Amino acid sequence: MSEVIVITSGKGGVGKTTTSANLGTALAQNNMKVCLIDTDIGLRNLDVVMGLENRIVYNLVDVVEGKCRIKQALIKDKKYPNMFLLPSAQTRDKTSVSPEQMKALVNELREDFDYIILDCPAGIEQGFKNAIAGADRALIVTTPEVSAIRDADRIIGLLEANGITEIDLIVNRLKVDMIKRGDMMSIEDVVDILSIDLIGAVPDDDNIVISTNQGEPLAGTDCLAGRAYTNISRRVMGEEVPLLDLDEGNGFWAKLGGLFKK
Amino acid sequence: MSMIDTMMRKKSSGNVARDRLKLVLVSDRATCSPKIMEMIKNDIIEVISKYIDIDSDGLEIQMTQTENENRDGSSPAIYANIPIKGMKKR
Repeated sequence: MSEVIVITSGKGGVGKTTTSANLGTALAQNNMKVCLIDTDIGLRNLDVVMGLENRIVYNLVDVVEGKCRIKQALIKDKKYPNMFLLPSAQTRDKTSVSPEQMKALVNELREDFDYIILDCPAGIEQGFKNAIAGADRALIVTTPEVSAIRDADRIIGLLEANGITEIDLIVNRLKVDMIKRGDMMSIEDVVDILSIDLIGAVPDDDNIVISTNQGEPLAGTDCLAGRAYTNISRRVMGEEVPLLDLDEGNGFWAKLGGLFKK
Repeated sequence: MSMIDTMMRKKSSGNVARDRLKLVLVSDRATCSPKIMEMIKNDIIEVISKYIDIDSDGLEIQMTQTENENRDGSSPAIYANIPIKGMKKR
């Protein structure tokens, strides 16, 4: 029996798809059976972030309309045979699927996977309602910025109104230098404002851009973002993991070492 | 730190953002859906009608912003305008 997690935010562009891809990858690296579902119908992106865009034969809408069986639409990951992607449709829109159909689809997949991760689209309309329909819990992704936090707050209210009460927070794209200067809200500020439990803090990392360019999620690699996602996956699995020190690389010895590299 | 230093120190933009957000969210969270406003309106009509004859068609209620006494922001408030036709005979 699996745990079904929806990754949502309200605001667009804060890192839901990146988080879905990397959390899924990190769980798969831990030998979990993972199914990623892209619920953003019409604007699919999880396939491209995972590097699986050339392997799409059938998609979520085909399954829901009965044109194929679920197993025919699932794409096995390039690196981890225990992880699959159910891609979205690019040429349809969010009215092509209903919340009831999503719930039925998710329930059919529960037997075969340890974790089902639903990548939710931005907004609060049909796409959001579809994505949360089958979920047991939600991870809210936000950046430490006014608009993103405001939208995240609204989403928390909507999730609770829809019966999802296990809600955890991921603060993404943190810039430690700006926080130290007081020009960016800190993790503590964000947690205090939204009043939900923190499950992860991911720094702004250039490696994310590179990993998306190449279609290879960076979870499990040695960069800060990679380690942050691995830690999030461990917390999802129930382990207590202390937050990464996002400031490493700025300490005295690191600066000294940096001098020698020149 | 002397009082002058504290007054002269500008708030960092991160703190400004945090304080603005807290106010905005109080307002966002209090704003009711039209359905709830309708239910509140009907409940008000029912209660007041026990004691006073009111013009229920003319009753208006709305959610607005009122400025705080110390002018550091505004908080949401419900305004109701209830036209009275006469006291009910007991």
